[in-house]
Amino acid sequence: MLTLVYSTSSLPGRQRLSLSLSLSLSRCYVTLAGDLSNQKFESHTLAYLTFVSYHRRNMHGRPRKAYKPEEEAASAAKAAKLRGLQSQFMANHHNKIYTKEAVDLSTKLLEINPEAYTAWNYRKLAVEDKLSRIESDPDLVKTILDEELRVVESALKQNFKSYGAWHHRKWVLSKGHSSVGNELRLLDQFQKLDTRNFHAWNYRRFVVELTKRSEQDELEYTDDMIGSDFSNYSAWHNRSVLLSSLLARKADGFLPNKKIPDEYKLVQNAIFTDEDDQSGWFYHLWLLDQTVNVETPLLTSSWPSHGSRISLYAGCSNGSFSKLTTFGSESGSFPLVLYFDQAVGGVSSSTVTIDSELKGNEDLVWEPVSKKNSQVSCVWVARLKYISSEPCFGKEYKVKVRVGNSPGIVSSRGFNFSASYEFVFTAHVHDTVEESSQEGIVSWTDGFDIWDAESKDLNALATLDRSNAQMDSKWRQEAIAEEIDLFRELPDSKIGKLTLARLLMAKAMISDDAVKGVHYNEILELYKDLMALDSSHYQYYKDEHSVALLRKVTSSTEDLSGHLFRCRNMNNSVCLRLNNLSLSRIASVEKLLFVQMLDLSHNELHSTEGLEAMQLLSCLNLSRNRIRSFSALDSLRHLKQLRVLDVSHNHIGEHSVDTTRYLCSSPLSNSEWPQDEVGSQMPSLATKYWDAYFVLRDLNLKQLDITGNVIAGDEFSSFVLQVVPKLVWLDGKKLEI
Amino acid sequence: MSDLPPYPPLDPTTYDLIIVGTGVPSPILAAAASSSGSSSVLHLDPNPFYGSHSASLSLPDLTSFLHSNSLSPPSPPPPSDTPDFLSVDLATRSLYSSVEIATFDSSILDERHSRKFNVDLCGPRVLFCADESINLMLRSGSNNYVEFKSVDASFVGDSSGELRSVPDSRAAIFKDKSLGLMEKKQLMKFFKLVQAHLAASSTERDEGVVKIAEEDMESPFVEFLAKMPLPPKIKSIILYGIAMVDYDQDNVEACGDLLKTKEGIARLALYITSIGRFSNALGALIYPIYGQGELPQAFCRRAAVKGCIYVLRMPITALLLDKASESVVVETGGYKGVRLATGQEIFSQKLILDPCITVGSESMSTLTDQQKETLRVLVPKSISSEGKIARGICIIRGSVKADISNALVVYPPKSLFPEQLAAIRVLQLGSGLAVCPADMHVLYFSTVCENDDQGKAALLSAMSTLIKPQVPENLQSDSAVENDTAEAAKPVVLWRALYVQAMVKGEFGGSISSAASPDGNLNYNEMVESAVKLYEQLMGSEELFKEETSLDNTTEEENDGGVEIEA
Repeated sequence: MLTLVYSTSSLPGRQRLSLSLSLSLSRCYVTLAGDLSNQKFESHTLAYLTFVSYHRRNMHGRPRKAYKPEEEAASAAKAAKLRGLQSQFMANHHNKIYTKEAVDLSTKLLEINPEAYTAWNYRKLAVEDKLSRIESDPDLVKTILDEELRVVESALKQNFKSYGAWHHRKWVLSKGHSSVGNELRLLDQFQKLDTRNFHAWNYRRFVVELTKRSEQDELEYTDDMIGSDFSNYSAWHNRSVLLSSLLARKADGFLPNKKIPDEYKLVQNAIFTDEDDQSGWFYHLWLLDQTVNVETPLLTSSWPSHGSRISLYAGCSNGSFSKLTTFGSESGSFPLVLYFDQAVGGVSSSTVTIDSELKGNEDLVWEPVSKKNSQVSCVWVARLKYISSEPCFGKEYKVKVRVGNSPGIVSSRGFNFSASYEFVFTAHVHDTVEESSQEGIVSWTDGFDIWDAESKDLNALATLDRSNAQMDSKWRQEAIAEEIDLFRELPDSKIGKLTLARLLMAKAMISDDAVKGVHYNEILELYKDLMALDSSHYQYYKDEHSVALLRKVTSSTEDLSGHLFRCRNMNNSVCLRLNNLSLSRIASVEKLLFVQMLDLSHNELHSTEGLEAMQLLSCLNLSRNRIRSFSALDSLRHLKQLRVLDVSHNHIGEHSVDTTRYLCSSPLSNSEWPQDEVGSQMPSLATKYWDAYFVLRDLNLKQLDITGNVIAGDEFSSFVLQVVPKLVWLDGKKLEI
Repeated sequence: MSDLPPYPPLDPTTYDLIIVGTGVPSPILAAAASSSGSSSVLHLDPNPFYGSHSASLSLPDLTSFLHSNSLSPPSPPPPSDTPDFLSVDLATRSLYSSVEIATFDSSILDERHSRKFNVDLCGPRVLFCADESINLMLRSGSNNYVEFKSVDASFVGDSSGELRSVPDSRAAIFKDKSLGLMEKKQLMKFFKLVQAHLAASSTERDEGVVKIAEEDMESPFVEFLAKMPLPPKIKSIILYGIAMVDYDQDNVEACGDLLKTKEGIARLALYITSIGRFSNALGALIYPIYGQGELPQAFCRRAAVKGCIYVLRMPITALLLDKASESVVVETGGYKGVRLATGQEIFSQKLILDPCITVGSESMSTLTDQQKETLRVLVPKSISSEGKIARGICIIRGSVKADISNALVVYPPKSLFPEQLAAIRVLQLGSGLAVCPADMHVLYFSTVCENDDQGKAALLSAMSTLIKPQVPENLQSDSAVENDTAEAAKPVVLWRALYVQAMVKGEFGGSISSAASPDGNLNYNEMVESAVKLYEQLMGSEELFKEETSLDNTTEEENDGGVEIEA
C-alpha cells in the first residue's frame, strides 16, 4: 500500500540513508582508531579501515558537502557521548564483566556505532560466557542467540555495510542457531534497499550454503535482481559463479552448448539497452571466456613435431642440409619441447613415455619452463641424449612420444589432461663430428637465403594446426559467429569495437585455417582505430595489436615463410625475421618452436616474456626496442642454446629506479649471494648491476651487443667479462683472451 | 430522499463563495479558498454522495446517476416573492447521452456484491506520480485521506489481441521480449536524450550538453521521433503508450491535437519523473484505493477541516440577481445569491456551478443585457460542441492479462480497425484497490469521439478484442469449441455500461463561474490546471495552498516508506 507523502527532494530513500550513513562513518572513525590495539580480529579491522577510507573518498559520485555549524555541533555532542560510552565499555571489557548491564552498554554502543569491532568481540566473549553457565537448555540458548541477532539487525539498520555486524551474524549462525529461514527474508529486504551491496551478497552465499538452498533457485534470484536493474555487478557476478558451478557438475539441463547461448541473449539485452553500462560487458567477457576456453588442458604443439625429421650433430657444424632442421650441441642432447594451451603440472617420465632406440633416455627429466620454484607451466622440456657411450652415428632413429599415457597431467585449475596424444619423429644422427670452428661474429645482415616457399619443409617444421581438435566446437563457433554479426551493429562505441575484435580473435582461434586470415586484417584495423580513439588505453590496444599481428604471421605457411630465412654461416639455421613490425608483445610462440635465429629488432618490446619456450633459439636480436632493464630479459635464462644476444640501442640503465626491484625479494637477502664467486670478488659492481648479473650468469653467451644503452661503458664491460667468461665478442669487438 | 428529515435552515446565510457540485475540480477550489483563511465557503451538492461526475459509485447508484439528469429538486420550489431580487430558474442537463447498460450475470447485482463495487464515472483515470494533482494534494494536506497503489503494468494492444508491455524504463526495455536489440538501443538512446535535455533545461547551463534543438521543439513531435530515427513501432509506443496522445499523429488533416515536440517532451518528462518518485510505487501510474471518488472527497474533507460548510442532497433551484432598477446604475443585474431546494435564500460574493447547471431558455428571454452578461457562462450554447468522450465500464471475471491485476492498455489509432480515429485507453482494476469483489476486475474504456455512434463502435471493438463476447446460450455449442484457445482464456463480461459524456470546459464569468467537467485525459492535469486558473481569477492571482507546506509535512517525511527496514 502506498501512502503519499511529501518529499522536498526527489532523492530516493536509499540515497538519503547513505548520506546519513556517511556522516556516522566519518565521525566514528576517530574514536574507533583509538582502540585498535585491543583488536582480536586484526585482519577484519584492517579491512574495515581500508573500507572506510575508500568509502569516504568514493561516495558513488556524490560531492561531499561541507558541514553546517549546527551539524558540526551535533556531531561533536554525539562524539562526546560516544566517547563516554566507549570508555565505560572498555572498562567492562578489561575487567571481563559480563553482567546484563554491561552487555546492554555494548548494545547501546553498537547501535550508535556498528563499527566498534571490540564491542562485537566483547559480545562474542559474553555469549560464550553465558552459554558456558547454562546447561545447554535449548530455549535459553535460543534466547541468547536471538538477542545477538536482534542487535546485529539494529546495527545493520544503522549501517548495512558494517563488516563487524555481518561478521558477528555469521558467527552467531555458526553457533548452530537454526533461524536461517529468517536470514533469507532479512537478506531480501537488505538487497531490495541496496541491490549491489556486496556484504549482503556475500552473506547470502554464506546462508545459501548453510541452508543447502539449490543453486537453481539462486540463479532465478539473480534473474529477478538483474531484471529489476541490470546495472548490478554483484548480481551478474553471482550469476557467473552459480552457472560455473552448475555447468561444472552438469546439473540438470546445464550443458554449455545450451546454457551459454541463452546467457548471451540475456546479456545482449543489457548491452544493447544501455551500452554505457559496464556490468553487462563484464559478464559478456566472462561468457566469451567460457566459450573459447576448454577446461581440460590440450597439447598445442611440440618440437620436434609429428612426422618431422631432424638432423643431429655432435658439436656445432656448418654442413648444408637445407631440407632439415639441423641441430648441434656440445652436450650431445637435444631438447624435446611440449607446449600446452594452459599451465599444467605433473609432466614426468611416467605421464610422458618415450619409445626410442636412442639409448640413455629411460628416465627423462622433465622441467617446467617457468619462474623459479613453480611446478606448473605451459612449456615443458626434457633433454634427449643422442651421443651415448656406444657409437651410433649415421643412423636414423624413430622416436615415439606418448603424452598423457597415464593420468597425472593436471591444469592449474585442477582439470586433467585426458586426450592422450602420440607423435613420432625421426632423428638423423650424423657421424661427422666437426670441431666447433664457428667462432666468427654472427651478422644479422649477411649470409641469409630466402626461404624456398615452394618447399614443403615448413609443414614438417611447424605444427601449424592445433594438435587436438575441440570435441564440441560447433556451438562455440555458432555462438561466436552470432555475436560477431551482432556487434558489427555497434560500430560507434569503443567497447563495441574492442568486443568485436575479441570475438574475431576468438573465432580465428577456433576456426579452420582457411578463414583465419580474413579476420586478422579486421582485428588489426579495429585495434588501430582504438589506439587512435582511446589514448588512455593505448598500450593495451598496442599489445593486442601485436598479438593479432603475430597470430596472422603464424596463421599459415604462406604468411610465415615470407619471414623465414636460412643463415648460411650458421649451419643453415632457421632464421625468423619479425623486425620493424612495431611489436610491443610476443605471442604465438607455440608455432615457432623450431626457430633458431630470431630477429626482433626495431620493435617496441618491453620484455622478452614468452621467448622462454623457444628452446632451440641460439641467436636473438633485440636491438632498438624498449627494454629498460636486464630484469626484462629474465625469461632468456631458460634458453640453454642461446649464444648470441643483441640488446643494443635499448633503454637499459636509463631509469635509475627499477620498479621490478621492489617486486622481487631483495637480492642481498638471497642465500646464494655470499657463496657466489663473482659476488664475493667484486661486491660493489654486483650490487650495482645485480639485475644484469642474475640474467647474464645463467646465459652461455659468446656474443653480446650492449651499445647504445645508458648502462654501457667501461665499468659495465669489465663487469660483463667477469660474469660471462666465455664471451668472445662484445659490442662487435673480439675480446682478447 | 423524501424519507430524510428536512434540513434545518442554514446559518449563516452569507458567504464569500458558494460552490455547487463536488466533482473535480470544485473540491480543490473549496479547499484552496477555505485554506486561504480569508474566505467563507459553502459547498453544496444535489447528490447524496461526494464527487458528482468524478464519483465512485455502486452499480445501482451508477446506473441511476447516468440515467437521471442528476438529481433535480423533488418538487417545484415555492414561487419567489422576494421583492429585492430577480429569481432566475435553473435547469439541469445531463452530461451523458446514449447510455446503455447491460447485465449479463444478474448475480452481480446481488446484495452481497452491491457494496463491494466502487465504480468510477470518469474512468479510465489514474494519476502520474509526478502529476500536479499529487503536488496539490501534498500541499493541501488532503493526501492524509487517500491511499494509493501502483498500476502494475501498461500495455499497447492491437486487433490480434496481443498485449505488448510498454518499455517505459531502463529495466522494462531490458526485459522486453518483443523489441529487437537495435530497437532497444534506439529507444534507450532516445530516453537518454530526453533525460539529458531535461537535466540541461533544469540546470539552465549550456556547457555543450546534449539538448534538443530549439527548431525541433516547435516541430511536430511525430516528425521529431522520425528524425531520431525511431521505427514506427516505437514511435507508436512513445506517442500513445507514454505521451498518452489521443489522435492519430500521422494523419495531419484529421488529427485533433497535433503534438509539438515541446509538449511531447513535457509529457515524457512527466512520465519519466513519475517513475521512482515514490520509492514504493512500481511504475509511473498510481490509483486511489476505493476509487477515483476518493480524490474529491479528500479535498472536501480538507476544506471542511479549514471551515468550509458542506451540504449534500441540496440542489439549488434559482439564482438571485439584482432587479433591474432605474435608480441603481452600477450594480444592475449583479449576482446576489442562490435559492436552495428548501426555499432558503443564501447569499455570496461569488458562485461556482457544476457544469450540468444551465439557465432555462424561457427564463433567458426576459432578462436584460446586463443580467445576461452575468449569466453568460450558464447559457447552454456555450456548453456544447467541446467534444465528447465515449466511456465504457465492464465488470469481468478473469483478467485481460494473466497474473496482472491492475493494468493500463492503450490501443493506438488504427490499431483495432482502419477507421479508428483516436487512441482507446483501457484500465483494468482489481479487488486489491477495493473497487470490486475478489474474483472480478473492473475495466474502464474511453476514447474521444465526434459523435456517439462512432465512439461506442470504437469501444465495442476494444471490448471484443479483450473480452469474450456474450454468446446466447443456445448457440454456445460447436462453433464456440472451434474458437482458438486464446479466445477461451479471455475474461467473461458480467456487466457492461456504455455512455457518451459531453466535455465542458470551466469558465470564469466574474461573479458566476462554471467548473469543468471530467475530460478525456488519463490524468487530472488539465482539470487541475483549469482549477488553478479559475482560482487565480477568482482570488486575484493568489497561489493555491501556499501556507500549507511546512506544517504537516515534517512528520510525514519520516514515514516516507522505503527507507525503513522491518524484520
